[in-house]
Amino acid sequence: MDIFLGLDFQTWWFLVVGFLFIVYAILDGFDFGAGAWHLFLDEGKERRIALNAIGPVWDGNEVWLVIGGGSLFAGFPVVYATLLSSMYIPFILFFVFIIFRAVSIEFRGKEKMIWWAKTWDISYSISSIMLAFLLGVVLGNVLQGIPVGENFMYQGKGFFEFLNIYPLLVGACTLLLFMTHGAIYLILKTEGNLYNKLTVFVNRSVILFIVVFGITTIYTVIFIPRLIERFIANPVLFIIPFFVFLCIVNIPRLTGKKKYLSAFLFSSLTICLLLVIAGINFYPTLLLSSIDDKYNLSVYNAASSLKTLKIMLTMVAIGSPLVIAYTIFVYHTFRGKVKIEETSY
Amino acid sequence: MDVEILARIQFALTISFHYIYPPLSIGIGFMLVMFEGLYIKTGKKVYESLTRFWIKIFALVFAIGVATGIIMEFEFGTNWASYSRYVGDVFGSPLAAEGLFAFALESAFLGVLLFGWNKVKPWVHLLSAIGVFLGSMFSAIWIVIANSWQQTPAGYHIVGKGMNARAEITDFWAMVFNPSSVDRVLHVWLGALLAGAFIVLSVHGYYIYKNRYTDMSKRAFKIALVAATVFSLLQFYIGQRSAEGVAKDQPAKLAAYEGHFAAYAPADMYIVGHVDKKNEKTTGLKIPGGLSYLIDFDFHSPVKGLKSFPLKDRPSQVNAVFQFYHIMIIIGVFLILLTLFSCFLWWRGKLFSKKWLLVVFIFATLLPQITNQVGWFAAEMGRQPWVVYGLLRTSDAFSKSVTANQLLFSLIMFTAVYILLFVIFIYLLNKKIMHGPVEDNNDNFLENKNSNIIINQ
Repeated sequence: MDIFLGLDFQTWWFLVVGFLFIVYAILDGFDFGAGAWHLFLDEGKERRIALNAIGPVWDGNEVWLVIGGGSLFAGFPVVYATLLSSMYIPFILFFVFIIFRAVSIEFRGKEKMIWWAKTWDISYSISSIMLAFLLGVVLGNVLQGIPVGENFMYQGKGFFEFLNIYPLLVGACTLLLFMTHGAIYLILKTEGNLYNKLTVFVNRSVILFIVVFGITTIYTVIFIPRLIERFIANPVLFIIPFFVFLCIVNIPRLTGKKKYLSAFLFSSLTICLLLVIAGINFYPTLLLSSIDDKYNLSVYNAASSLKTLKIMLTMVAIGSPLVIAYTIFVYHTFRGKVKIEETSY
Repeated sequence: MDVEILARIQFALTISFHYIYPPLSIGIGFMLVMFEGLYIKTGKKVYESLTRFWIKIFALVFAIGVATGIIMEFEFGTNWASYSRYVGDVFGSPLAAEGLFAFALESAFLGVLLFGWNKVKPWVHLLSAIGVFLGSMFSAIWIVIANSWQQTPAGYHIVGKGMNARAEITDFWAMVFNPSSVDRVLHVWLGALLAGAFIVLSVHGYYIYKNRYTDMSKRAFKIALVAATVFSLLQFYIGQRSAEGVAKDQPAKLAAYEGHFAAYAPADMYIVGHVDKKNEKTTGLKIPGGLSYLIDFDFHSPVKGLKSFPLKDRPSQVNAVFQFYHIMIIIGVFLILLTLFSCFLWWRGKLFSKKWLLVVFIFATLLPQITNQVGWFAAEMGRQPWVVYGLLRTSDAFSKSVTANQLLFSLIMFTAVYILLFVIFIYLLNKKIMHGPVEDNNDNFLENKNSNIIINQ
């Protein structure tokens, strides 16, 4: 049978890939966000503490990108190939910034000269900002549809086709949401002056996020009505956007009360639910063609064979408990506020 | 330039640069496990200092390895979209498995390895080192399986026609254990372990040469020398098995390795030589019938040469493939002779008495790196014109919707970034080595002159 627990295997794999990218967005979201604040912190000790707050975990966070990418490749190779080759420039920039960000963290403390640390601070922070932004830009393109035509050929013209209003808006939203999320994470890991400073930052970024998100939502409703079609057809689904709204307004409420752990859970939940909304709108479509619906790629016409999907589900069933166990072990080992030690960056 | 050649250059650039680092991670990871294991077992401070020193170098290597590695998993999609659609059903699963079963293990325990000295018990720290090492070994398994499937595809069938044709899996384990994967995984592992053993030999050889950290360095040198000797001898055996596999499964590649043109005749084995592709002639220093002997243990048994393949199915760069393959073998043999000779001196109690030998070891760290690179060049260029041997041509595999301008932009950017990274890497590596194993702020018992005098007596 091709049905497992009431769902077909393509749908199962859609859920797995969705889950992996949601976890990735939550995890790398906070460390991109933390990096985005870097230049606002005092040179010297504050920046070191902020770096060490993500030091032991950023690499593990990026594992989810690799697993997510591998899962997309294995389960929906047609989407993997078409999305990456269509969004060539943003993805290439994304990976170059991934390189700069990783090496900046490692290189920064290796020389005593002031200009050295400054250079890598700038490189680290700009990479973090660009990574969050580019993820949003790609998401914005996916949401409004990509000009993919016959034989999966990308029909976009020009080098900067991927940069138009909607992707820019979604990029800004993503950046601000990650900055809020990252600031809350840093608050959880720091104390003293730095802590006080961040508590001010977080309130600013969350308000900016709410404003930009509001604009993006209005733009979506007016110019891309197909993104809410499914919700209008099933009004009961509106409970999810309503819940997202509650989550978002809950963040400043909780930060005001200094309940940062709860605030972190709600910023994570916001990221998660926003992606769930996108998933509900799209399913079974994965890649929307802005040229014609007949070129859409869905979980059915872009999936691997059932045999591969079954193999992959078995792998995930064995592998994900392991990955979750390592992740918990690492976060547990490095729990609490950051202290600078000899092995620190 | 056309998109296909630009895409190939970019892939070659990004993978070659990336491949400087993972073998070092695997190899240094192994040495770290040795050093830390000895520290836990003996409780001697000298092994702790060694472990901490090599963790620092490991961190630098690993960071660049991860940074340049993530792009590799996605470059199949950005630049080889037609390939990805055609083989994703088969080729994607080992890549996903690498993330799930290897990279996750490696990255999680890396945090503990680098920052956990004061947070976890010593044995947990050792377990973390083992976790990182095993993770990197598992990584190699899945990546080499994926690549071996391109060399000797198995466990699949072709479904559909025209633009919709693709390979689909029929037998997962036949794909995993395709004819070349076991030998090639072992070959890659040993290449990586050699890279690690030789960088330890180089750095500690340098300290011995300079009379710094002599006691610590002699211990490290001996441990690494044993490892290097065993690995280089094993590599000879595995390399030979690998060549037999190529003879059986990829005869056109083997013919290119040895510049063997005659359609069906006894084949020679060259030590050095040159291939004149135009006149289809190879000249050089050779063992007549050597290749025949390698494959069949008979100097006269005939081997399929390049002429038995249509021109469009032959690798185009025969001389390059020939040279890369032979550089690999010459260096491999040299490493065996060097390590055996050093072991002989050690047995005679004269290992550290020859300054010139230490100098050789200081520079010998480049050799495993070079062999690893040229070995892959021979394997990948020898597979041409196929991206999946006998199944899909490289010219049918690249992304049709990426333009030459986009590729030129990314290629220039990668070149610039990688040159910058490499310069900084060498600079920082050199700085760490010059600085030495003892911390400024730590108890500097080894830098203390008195202890040095005691050690040197």
